[in-house]
Amino acid sequence: MLILIAVLTVAVLAVAPLIGGMPIPPSALWGASEDDVAELILWKSRLPRVAMGFLAGAGLAAAGMAFQAMFRNPLATPFTLGTSSGAALGAALGIHFGWHFDLLGMPAVSLCALAGAGGAMLLVYGLTQTREGFSTATMLLAGVAVSFFFSSLILLIQYLSDFTRTFRMLRWVMGGLDQVVGFGDVLAVLPFVVSGCLVIFYLTRELNLITTGDELAAGRGVEVARMKAVVFFAASLCVGGVVAVCGPIGFVGLMAPHICRLLVGPDHRRLTPATIMLGGGFLVACDTAARSLLAPTELPVGIITALLGGPFFLWLLLQRRGLG
Amino acid sequence: MPISTAEIVIQVNDLSFNVGPKSILREVTFKVRRGEYVVLVGPNGAGKSTLLRCLMRVHRSARGRIDVHGRPLDDYSQRELARHIGYVPQAGGEVFPYTVEQFVTMGRYPHLSPFGSLSADDRRAVEEAMRRTGTLALADRLLDTLSGGERQQVYIAAALAQGADILMLDEPTTFLDYRHQHEVTSLLRRSNREQGVTVVAVTHDLNHAALEADRVVALREGRVIFEGKPLDVMQADVLERIYATRLTLLEHPQAGIPIVVPETEARENDVSG
Repeated sequence: MLILIAVLTVAVLAVAPLIGGMPIPPSALWGASEDDVAELILWKSRLPRVAMGFLAGAGLAAAGMAFQAMFRNPLATPFTLGTSSGAALGAALGIHFGWHFDLLGMPAVSLCALAGAGGAMLLVYGLTQTREGFSTATMLLAGVAVSFFFSSLILLIQYLSDFTRTFRMLRWVMGGLDQVVGFGDVLAVLPFVVSGCLVIFYLTRELNLITTGDELAAGRGVEVARMKAVVFFAASLCVGGVVAVCGPIGFVGLMAPHICRLLVGPDHRRLTPATIMLGGGFLVACDTAARSLLAPTELPVGIITALLGGPFFLWLLLQRRGLG
Repeated sequence: MPISTAEIVIQVNDLSFNVGPKSILREVTFKVRRGEYVVLVGPNGAGKSTLLRCLMRVHRSARGRIDVHGRPLDDYSQRELARHIGYVPQAGGEVFPYTVEQFVTMGRYPHLSPFGSLSADDRRAVEEAMRRTGTLALADRLLDTLSGGERQQVYIAAALAQGADILMLDEPTTFLDYRHQHEVTSLLRRSNREQGVTVVAVTHDLNHAALEADRVVALREGRVIFEGKPLDVMQADVLERIYATRLTLLEHPQAGIPIVVPETEARENDVSG
């Protein structure tokens, strides 16, 4: 089953760059086509976009999976702990003040979003630390509280800002891969997602154990408080990096782990690679649809994922009712 | 081997634990020897489960001293501790759909490295644990399809697979029907008497303590108010001190130890008439 997912993902990745408002022949990949424009589009726009889509999907899915394990809650998403509101607030501030500078290959707004995500993360972490370590229930509450607070600040900034800027902020929050040109952004996000995913991959046994309960995991030898902190930071690395460049793309982080759990089971040693691949492939597929359905207009990919998210929840609900 | 001279495996001295202003444990002192079957009893809120959690280092801010195999608890890494102490929680609660074999294999965690696979030793330990607990037949079943009793046995199997020589159980027979209570109780008895596993169990069931324990430690409001052999605990005045209520006792026909008889009121209709 894992192999099937891998094959499917590779297939999606291979085909996606060729589909779009302007169809590109496969020969453009190895420079054999006579269409220079097609080749330009392929290398400057399509391939980076597919690469970013895969990274974003993989990072969000891995983070979602890790949070679902840590909170023992199937409704946990990568944004449960306020990272997306923090990033949105950072981006809103960046857009409002019209800052323009580049650092590490990332534009100002992205850096502000990253700072915002980091700030939200530290705030939630700080609020939940006690002498005894983490309480995941407290963490969830803190995340929700921080989310609401930041959202209200964003509304305030939107109100104070002028029309164009507010529109930009709204578009940013929808999340999308359409700003991706060239591989610069991809390389900027790559270290975040790769390091976060590697850490999560390293902790697969611990993730398995934590799903059986905090006390049981401790009884088996897991340093629960430390492990939760590491997972928290790794997942936040993934989410922060992705959201800084692409905005908050919803539902991938929630749906991909669930679907993979149905396909390969709850053991994280198989679930982790499956989730990373399916998450990445899924987002690339959604993005391909987003830029092809209404060509030449492009829909933000966040809309497609949200449209799929609703029916997904319904299906989950029906599943549970069937069991209960 | 006479237990009274066996090595002390757990020594608790003056253990105190607070949650905020509330005192849960107050200067608790007792010891457990190798191969003993110790049962912790006491009314609700006495701190029994909390004591267990302190011994497993789930609660870290307790004051006082705990020594395991002669070394202070803080000297152990969580993994090292897990190689000695196996925790068995209650069978209730939510479970993810792991198979029994996956779950018991997770018990080998303290012996595994992050990317290493299971060694032959690991596999043998898992199989042995499942055989001893009679759960081999359940290997491919999903945890959430098991009965409470079967799940309790699986939890014990996982703790045994850990290679632990000390089992700590939180209410192992509560929520189980009679047949499963009997199975779990005999499993613990066999592990203790035949394999020399030290057992520390928290229970509400005084009769379980009376019939199975080598020693009973009674807690009330966070303090140890009685410690001794079952025969010494199962006396009406001692029990009244522990539970603040008068209990009726009757001698068990086979064991010769007094057990608690459920309270009732005399009926209005005379049944024996």
